[in-house]
Amino acid sequence: MKFIIAIIQPHRLDLVRDALTGVGVIGLTVSEVRGYGRQKGHKEIYRGAEYQINYVPKLKLEIALDDNLAESAINAIREAAQTGKVGDGKIFVLDLQSVMRIRTGETDSEAL
Amino acid sequence: MIDGADTAWILTSTALVLFMTLPGLALFYGGLVQSRNILSVLMHCMAIACGASLLWFLVVYSLAFANGTPFFGGLGKVFLIGVDRETAYPGTKIPETVFIMFQMTFAIITPALMVGAYVERIKFGAVLLISGLWLLIVYAPVAHWVWGGGWLAELGVKDFAGGLVVHVTAGFSAGMIAWMLGTRRGFPENVRPPHAPWMVMVGASMLWVGWFGFNAGSALASGADAGMAMLVTHLSAATASLVWLAIEWKRFGKPSLVGIVTGTIAGLATITPASGYVGPLGGVVLGLAGGLICYFAVDIIKRKFLIDDSLDVLAVHGVGGATGTILTALLAASVFGGVGYGDGQSVSGQLGVQVIGVVAVLVWSLVATYVIVKVTQALVGLRISEDDEVQGLDLTAHGETGYNH
Repeated sequence: MKFIIAIIQPHRLDLVRDALTGVGVIGLTVSEVRGYGRQKGHKEIYRGAEYQINYVPKLKLEIALDDNLAESAINAIREAAQTGKVGDGKIFVLDLQSVMRIRTGETDSEAL
Repeated sequence: MIDGADTAWILTSTALVLFMTLPGLALFYGGLVQSRNILSVLMHCMAIACGASLLWFLVVYSLAFANGTPFFGGLGKVFLIGVDRETAYPGTKIPETVFIMFQMTFAIITPALMVGAYVERIKFGAVLLISGLWLLIVYAPVAHWVWGGGWLAELGVKDFAGGLVVHVTAGFSAGMIAWMLGTRRGFPENVRPPHAPWMVMVGASMLWVGWFGFNAGSALASGADAGMAMLVTHLSAATASLVWLAIEWKRFGKPSLVGIVTGTIAGLATITPASGYVGPLGGVVLGLAGGLICYFAVDIIKRKFLIDDSLDVLAVHGVGGATGTILTALLAASVFGGVGYGDGQSVSGQLGVQVIGVVAVLVWSLVATYVIVKVTQALVGLRISEDDEVQGLDLTAHGETGYNH
């Protein structure tokens, strides 16, 4: 099993979700995060004074998947999240040791 | 002779002016600070409002308005002794109780304006002590000079609703406090921006509406003077807002919400002394002047003099109030729709009086505030620790969090 962590631009969420549904992903978790990478931040101006905002808002998606879905999910995320500009984000893939559904106690593939 | 219409209007104006502080100014300032300090700003406004009210009752009303010398009112009305339920305030048709209450709301908002200079780094005890001493030593005498029959009133100074008494005093005193307190951590390159620009607009809107009570209520009567005062106040506010909008659009390509509402307040501060004396054209001109001059004052004070008057009290209120006070001399002329001048008074004569007023009030404010801050520093200290400043005043001074539990 794989655990995917994807950092994407907030406004691409709906497109990414639709794309993932299209390849058979049936659940994920979204959190609001801040970060920076090559996109260093941006400037805001208040009363004539410039403020450098060093962190940029992003969304973090966390998805647990069977191995056979991982590659199509990664491609789906990449295509939907991409705008071509610095700040599009990154996808991290981790090996997932185990999974359990809380309600029933089902594990691993039955829990996904 | 008590007149019902006058009394009803001034009762209403009183509510409007209190609303300017609670919660208008509180929200205006609140939105401009970091989220970790929002409660402290609301707290400053609340505590000052309550403390000023009690002090007004105890002694400040008397020092401002009771008979005394040309420089100080007397102690004849401490504890409001002798204030009779049925008697009108001299020169008006409203009960003295209503006059006391209306003027109290001015004594509340004026020290509250200074909050903007010292946010995010001052000790709460210092806020209380400075505000209390300031009411006694700066506000009361200046109110007496201008409105209580003191020496500036005898010279014929024109300050309808507080250009001198409220804006010049608070503005220049705030500048002095900010200078003596020192800058926020990270000023000027690394200060954090306003945490809630929407809140700033909501506060400014309440201030705009409340200002109708502030200026039109200063007619102390319901009628033509109140009507014109409200009209010119509104026109100045709208004009100055558009001035800031235009400047920011041209300079930065993006006109901001915080910018436009700051223009609003600049326009309102500038029209305040003139509101009973000028016509609609005068209102628009004052909005133009206030908007322009205050915009560049913000720049100069923060960027050139590097004084961290964090929320620009000096630039907006001090400079705006002074500008309006001086321009009143010109715009009161009947050719501009104004009420004209007193017997035997000329434009240049009036201009001289207005300038004397501005200079005297400015100098007194600076000197007295310097002393007040030094005393406060010795008694309770001024500044919180750097650790506390990083954590934020809400938690460290008040044990509360504004957001995010």
